[in-house]
Formats: sequence, C-alpha cells, structure tokens
Amino acid sequence: MAEPKTKYDRQLRIWGEQGQAALEKASICLLNCGPTGSETLKNLVLGGIGSITVIDGSKVEVGDLGNNFMVDDSSVAKSKAKCVCAFLQELNDAVKAKFIEENPEALIETNPSFFSQFTLVVATQLMEDSMVKLDRICREANVMLIFARSYGLTGFVRISVKEHTVIESKPDHFLDDLRLNNPWPELKGFADTIDLNVTDPVVHKHTPYVVILVKMAEEWAKSHGGSLPSTREEKKEFKELIKAWMIAMDEDNYKEAIEASFKVFASRGISSSLQQLINDNCAEVDSSSSDFWVMVVALKEFIANEGCGEAPLEGSIPDMTSSTELYVNLQKIYQAKAEADCLAIEQRVRNILKKIGRDPDSISKTSIKTFCKNARKLTVCRYRLIEDEFNSPIQPELQKYLTDEDYSVAVGFYILLRAVDRFAANYNSFPGKFDGEMDEDISRLKTTAVGLLSDLGCNGSTLTEDLINEMCRYGAAELHAIAAFIGGVASQEVIKLITRQFVPMSGTFIFNGVDHKSQLLSL
Amino acid sequence: MADSTAQLSRSRDLDKLLLRSGHLVGPNFEPGPELRDDLQQYARVLVVGAGGLGCELLKDLALSGFRNLEVIDMDRIEVSNLNRQFLFRLEDVGKPKAEVAAKRVMERVSGVNIVPHFCRIEDKELEFYNDFSIIVLGLDSIEARSYINAVACGFLEYDSDDNPREETIKPMVDGGTEGFKGHAKVIMPGVTPCFECTIWLFPPQVKFPLCTLAETPRNAAHCIEYAHLIKWDEVHSGKTFDPDNPEHMQWVYSEAVKRAELFGIPGVTYSLTQGVVKNIIPAIASTNAIISAACALETLKIVSGCSKTLSNCLTYNGAEGLHTKVTEFVKDKDCLVCGPGVLIELDTSVTLQKFIDLLEEHPKVFLSRASVTHRGKNLYMQAPPVLEEMTRSNLNLPLFDLMDKIPKDIIHVTGTTSKSDKKMSCLRKLRVVFKGIDGVTDMDTAGGV
Ligand SMILES: [Zn+2]
Repeated sequence: MAEPKTKYDRQLRIWGEQGQAALEKASICLLNCGPTGSETLKNLVLGGIGSITVIDGSKVEVGDLGNNFMVDDSSVAKSKAKCVCAFLQELNDAVKAKFIEENPEALIETNPSFFSQFTLVVATQLMEDSMVKLDRICREANVMLIFARSYGLTGFVRISVKEHTVIESKPDHFLDDLRLNNPWPELKGFADTIDLNVTDPVVHKHTPYVVILVKMAEEWAKSHGGSLPSTREEKKEFKELIKAWMIAMDEDNYKEAIEASFKVFASRGISSSLQQLINDNCAEVDSSSSDFWVMVVALKEFIANEGCGEAPLEGSIPDMTSSTELYVNLQKIYQAKAEADCLAIEQRVRNILKKIGRDPDSISKTSIKTFCKNARKLTVCRYRLIEDEFNSPIQPELQKYLTDEDYSVAVGFYILLRAVDRFAANYNSFPGKFDGEMDEDISRLKTTAVGLLSDLGCNGSTLTEDLINEMCRYGAAELHAIAAFIGGVASQEVIKLITRQFVPMSGTFIFNGVDHKSQLLSL
Repeated sequence: MADSTAQLSRSRDLDKLLLRSGHLVGPNFEPGPELRDDLQQYARVLVVGAGGLGCELLKDLALSGFRNLEVIDMDRIEVSNLNRQFLFRLEDVGKPKAEVAAKRVMERVSGVNIVPHFCRIEDKELEFYNDFSIIVLGLDSIEARSYINAVACGFLEYDSDDNPREETIKPMVDGGTEGFKGHAKVIMPGVTPCFECTIWLFPPQVKFPLCTLAETPRNAAHCIEYAHLIKWDEVHSGKTFDPDNPEHMQWVYSEAVKRAELFGIPGVTYSLTQGVVKNIIPAIASTNAIISAACALETLKIVSGCSKTLSNCLTYNGAEGLHTKVTEFVKDKDCLVCGPGVLIELDTSVTLQKFIDLLEEHPKVFLSRASVTHRGKNLYMQAPPVLEEMTRSNLNLPLFDLMDKIPKDIIHVTGTTSKSDKKMSCLRKLRVVFKGIDGVTDMDTAGGV
C-alpha cells in the first residue's frame, strides 16, 4: 500500500488530517448503482472513504455498458451491484466495499431500520414516494441523506439533514480579525511604543500597517468624538491622512495601510449572522445538546461579558510589509490575546457542561480552540423534510422562480422532474420512453405538470412547450456526462457533510445541462 | 421499430438525445442514426492532458458516443495522483499517463480507440492538431493552454469581410480546477473569446520580493523560498535544484527550518515546503469529475448539435454552499491570437523604413521601434545588434518585394507602445494589403504562427 499521506497529499491540503480521519470513519450506503450512483461513489472511494455498501437489485443490461464505466462486456446479466462494487474496490484497497443485491425501493418498504447503521445514505434515481419514505427513516435515525438524480440533460441534488453545524466553514474571503478600531490594551500599548515620526527611512517603511492604522484610528476617534470615519468624505480624508505620513513613494507599508483602511471603517462587534446564531433556539442547552451548541452558549456568554461585544480573537494576522521583529512581535500579541480569549471560553464551556450534568472535560481543549478560532464563521444549515417541500413549497419563493427569467428553466425542470414521477405512477412508464408514443406523452406530461402546479397552489402558471417537449425527448435517459456531473456534485457535498468543513449547498440544486444556467431553489 | 433494438444497444440512453428532434438544440442539429454513426466514425477528439481532468474526460467522451480519441501528456504517474486520477493504480506509478489512461479506457469501453502520445505538446507538428474535430484541454498550466490556444487559433482564416471562415474554426473546450472550484469554457476561435482574450481571468502567481526573502522574512513561506531561491544557489553553485528529487527537497526544508528558527517564525513543515516550492494546487476527484463532465457534454453538443451550448464560460464553486455561474465573455477584437489583425493598406512602393515610421503614427497601432517579421522571416530587427546589422539593408527596399510580392498577407511586428505614460513592449498582428494589385481573391492569414 502507498504511503497514505503521499497518496492523499492533494486533498489533505484542503481538509487536513482531521477531515481525512472523518472520511475514513464514515460508512456510506448507495441506493441504485447506475452511472449517477457509481460516479458519486467513485469520487469518494478515491478519496479514501471508510466503507461503502452498494444496493441495487438489477442485472446489467447491454444499455448499461453505454453509460456506466463501472460495468463492462463481461458484466452483462450479472448483478449490477456486484460488478460496480468490484470495480470500486479496485480503485482503493483501503476502502471496505460490499454490495447487497436487492431493490432499494423494496428495502425502504420492508427494512427501514437497515439504514441506521450508516453515516450517510446516497439515494440515486429514486421515485418521489420512495424519497419521501426514506427521508422520514433517515431523519428519524439521524442519518445524513443526499438525493441525486440524472434525467436527460437535467437532474437534481438535494441534501436532507435536520441540522448540520459547521465550525470550520473556511470561507474564501473573510475579513481579518485585526481589531484596528477596537484594540485591546496590549495591542494599543504596542502601537504606542512605535513612533511614526521616525526619521530612519528603513525603519519608517517597515512599520506594519496594523500599527499605522491602530494609531490613525485612535487619533481620528479622539478628534471625532469617539466615532470612526463613516461618510465617503470622511473615509477619503482618512486615507489622505495616511498618505500624508509617507516620506517616500516606495513605502509599501503605507500603501497597504491605505488599501486596508476599510478594515478601520468596519463596524465593531459581531456580525448579524453571528448574532442570529447565538440567539438560536438551540442555544438553550441541556444534556442532550451537541458539543457545538454547548460551545455556542459559552460564546454567547463570552460576548456579553469579557468579550465586551466581540467574539474571541482569531489570533492570526495576514502577511504585510514589516521588519521581521515587528511582525513576529505583533503575531505574538495577537496569539496571546487569542489564547486568553480561548481560555475564558474554555472555563465557560466546562461550567456549562457541569450545569447540564455532563463530564466537564467531555469537550477537548483542541475542539474548543478550533471553535474559538472560527467563532466568527460558525454556520448552521437546516433542511426541510422532502415531504414538506413537496406538499407545501415556500410559496413566495416558488412564485418568484416562476416569474423570474433567470429561474424559469430551472424551476421548469424542477416541476417536470416531479411531474415525470407522477406520470410514471399513472402510466407505468416515463414520458418519451418509447418512440411511438411521443406526441401522446407530450400532451399527457403537460396535463400532469399543470395538475402538479395547481396542487402546489400555482394555478395559471404554465411551462413552455419547448421544455415539456425536451423532457419527453429525454425519455428518462441517464446520460453518462450528466450522471458524472450530478455524481460529482453529490460527492462534493458528501465530503463537506462528513468532514464538517466548508458549507454544504442549501436548497435543491437543479442542473440545467442545456445552457448550464443551473440554480439552487429554496423551496 | 427502433425501440426493441435501442433497448439492446449500448447507446440506449444516448440515442434519445441523438435520434430525436428537439426545440432547444443547436442550429445544425440533424437527428438520426446517421448522426450517431458519424460521431462514432468521423469525429476525432484530442484530449490534452491525462491527469485529473484528462482521465475523467477520456471516460466521459468514450461514453458519450465518441470512438476516435487521442490523448497527449508528457508526465508519468505519481503516487499523489491516485486520489483522483482513477485510471491509475499503485503498480502504474512511473509509467506514462497517456499510455495507461488510453489502455484502461479501451479495456472497459469496447469499440473505442484511443491513441496515446507520450510527449510534450510542443513536440508535435502543428498539422497534428489540425486533424481533430475538436480539442479538449484538461491542463493545469497557463503556458500550455496558451500554446494550444495559439495553435488552434493559428488555423483560423478570415474572409475579405473580416468574418472567420467557418471551416477553419477549430473549437476548443477548456477545463480547470482548484480545490472545490473549477471552470469550463467553450472557445470557438474568431467567434467567442479565445484563451488569450480572457487571460486576465487568471490572477498572476504570487511571487515574494527577493528583498523580503533576504532581509525581512515574516512567514514560513518566506523562509522556504529563501532556502529554495537564494540559499540553494549560494551553496550548490551550478547545480540546478530539482523539485522532484527528495534529497533536494529535504535540504530546502531543513534550511528553511534553520532560517525560521533564526527569526522566530513558526509553521515550516515538509508538506508546506513541497507546496510552496512546487506550487502545488490542491485537487480532488469530485471537482475534476464535475468540470470534466461539463467539458465532455459541451464537446458532444458542439460536435453533434444535440443541444444548445454553454455560452461561454461556466464557473463552479462548491467551497461556500454551491454556486454556478455562466458568463458570456466578449471577444477582444484586437486580440493578437484570434483576431484578424489591424488592416493596413500600402502602395507597392513603400519601403520598410517608411512602413516602420508609419506604424508610429498609425492610430490603431502606435508602435515605435518596430521589428518586423513576415512568415517567420525577420525583415528588420531592432536588436540584438548582430541581427540589426544583418537586416539593416532591408530598410530601403520596398516592403512589397520583401514580402515576396504577396498582395495581402499577415505581418507580425514587435515594438514599444505607450499606454497611459507607461512604455510597454507589445506584439501586433497586421494585415497588409497592397493597393492596385489585380487578381487578388484569396489570402492566407494563417501564416506566421
Ligand atoms: Zn483572442
């Protein structure tokens, strides 16, 4: 076996060893191993997922050879689950791969408790009534669930989890936590020891912008009754003041200070999204609360008390023009404050745990540290039950989608993807399955879609003939490229859910393979 | 009825798309079994790169009705490829990627023929690339993309009204990924922006100033780059650093550690050292799968017309929720790679010197100190001195004669131009037309690439 660290190097750089460990512990169940399901698992097996269980009751047909890479000529008439499982095992011997030759729909009906053994279920190509049933089962058993479906040039991916909390959301662009306009005593003290009037040009051009801005912000506040630059004029003036300190054109530190001056203008205190999070109903904890919510309560207390309205300091600073000494010292000041804040949170966590009757040490120091470092970026995702979405979609959203040109094709596909299941339930076959019945199917599908729209409270809304025609043309084809796309999306979301890093998608992703104007619908 | 055979055919699903008419299709879509057969017999697709995207692309294309595929890649398989390049196994490490990838796909998808080319893209004759219906790019380097783009755009010819000749358009589909993000782009040279038209989309690589490395290192990367770019040369005079040599990497790592200790800087690890020195871009299977699938789908649509196509760039970002976006970029009409070039009309008597002077005044060119090349031949070079001397005598000759009396042709000029008070060197493609020459109906604009 290859050194796993080398083999997984390119992904460890994204989710680290903790993320990798979470993947290696996870057990995934796949329902239906057509190309959509097979491709989803392929991406997970390559990344070293713990175990997979492939469930499919069908035999490989010649047609399957044209859209599924995991079966070949020798697979025809054999169990599809077995063949797909064998190929997947070949990709990575560290993964425990097994299969069950059984119809997933029958399994959902007859053995609901079967699913509780898994971390996550990937349900592909399921019909609506099975989706609803499986969703209830997984919600009850607290098993994460992802639906994925490819249908002609369209398809969807939908996560169903009651609640998914993310500490390490790792956003791309996030404002640094520098407290330039609200420095704590040590940072202010450090800035006070530095004189911007220094005459040595080398020293002058190596004063880090953090120090420059802390001093300038303080000066500004002093002369403006404690407030910061807020109007466009004031902001311009503030930048001019910084510029006036430059003694040479090549002083990158001052240029950086001007560029970073927006960090001074940012409001003090926590963001509205964090405010919302600490006011969440779940922030009333008891012995059954998750570690996440226990730590949120500690965070809430911290902000109200020793944090003085701020979250714990993140503790890292971006690279900036500076002498090594000043930079390293600055780094230490930020780190020390972050550690002190973390300690305060830890105290509170231990007390809360005691209060709710849990072992005070049951949340590790490392977890608390990670939590503190990411406190400003905490994210909670909640997903409606699929049954609720199907029966009572959020009306204002649905109306918006139906009338907004940017969404019209995506919402059209959404309605039609549901309509084809109704169609199949009524006529025992998907629309356009057989060449000879195209015209009849088009008008039947139209009637079905109109009926569905009216059931959803959208009387009078119609779909374009072009789209209905297109849906019939697809004849329930599962095209490889579409399946690979949908499977790729599904596997990426699985990784985010299992590693508990990055933010998973919200709503229903509707793939539009015609012009790629796909959309997320929040219904 | 086609139904019963379709159920038994391996193109069961694809047939729905290729055999049936539709309303949301390309302008030249002619559904029917002939289309499916033509795709199998006549469509020839080149996949550039057999890495994370290339492996997926070969599989996707083989299962999208194409039977004549070729793949070009100069790399050999490494262990760190195995987390995403699913056609490779541990025992394949060290073998050429193109060869193993081609073999694996052919083993599994019967009827498909894949010709591997284990070489650099520059090693192939330009005509090699002209042989394909479409070129799909699965690369991670900007330089390689630029090269293929220039080659494909080189086949493009314009008619006398400055419209691209359709039969000379070599379509390209370009994919790229980084972590949870990626893009897929459809390029129809002369119609949609070429790679060079939108090169600004690629941010310049971060390079640290040498003085920071030498004097004021602040983070681990600075210490690593100091060991890599400065210390290595000081200690190993003449020996070039090889990033693939583990001993070299280990040396850089330990030097970086020493330097970090000296300055009190935390965070130097072996993994980070590799990342910084090799400029490693994180890569995962799922993103490659998504982007390749989009590229393969567009390839199928462009060749068959079975659906509208992406117009013209898709970006995918799965890092914060899921965001996809389609952007219709516009062609840079002055693009030197895909544009027709600036039209300049001249009398046959105009000398090269006069032509160079004229470029300085020309409102669309504004080029001073021009060096002039025609079909790869240097007509006049400002530098180096040796070449200047050799070509100086041409200055007094008529340009018409120097261009072998071709009435209309492309000339490439390089020189300096002023943009907002800043002098910049630049390359320009010019279409020179000589007035009063009869019998001119055609022109070859492909010369000089
Ligand atoms: Zn261009």
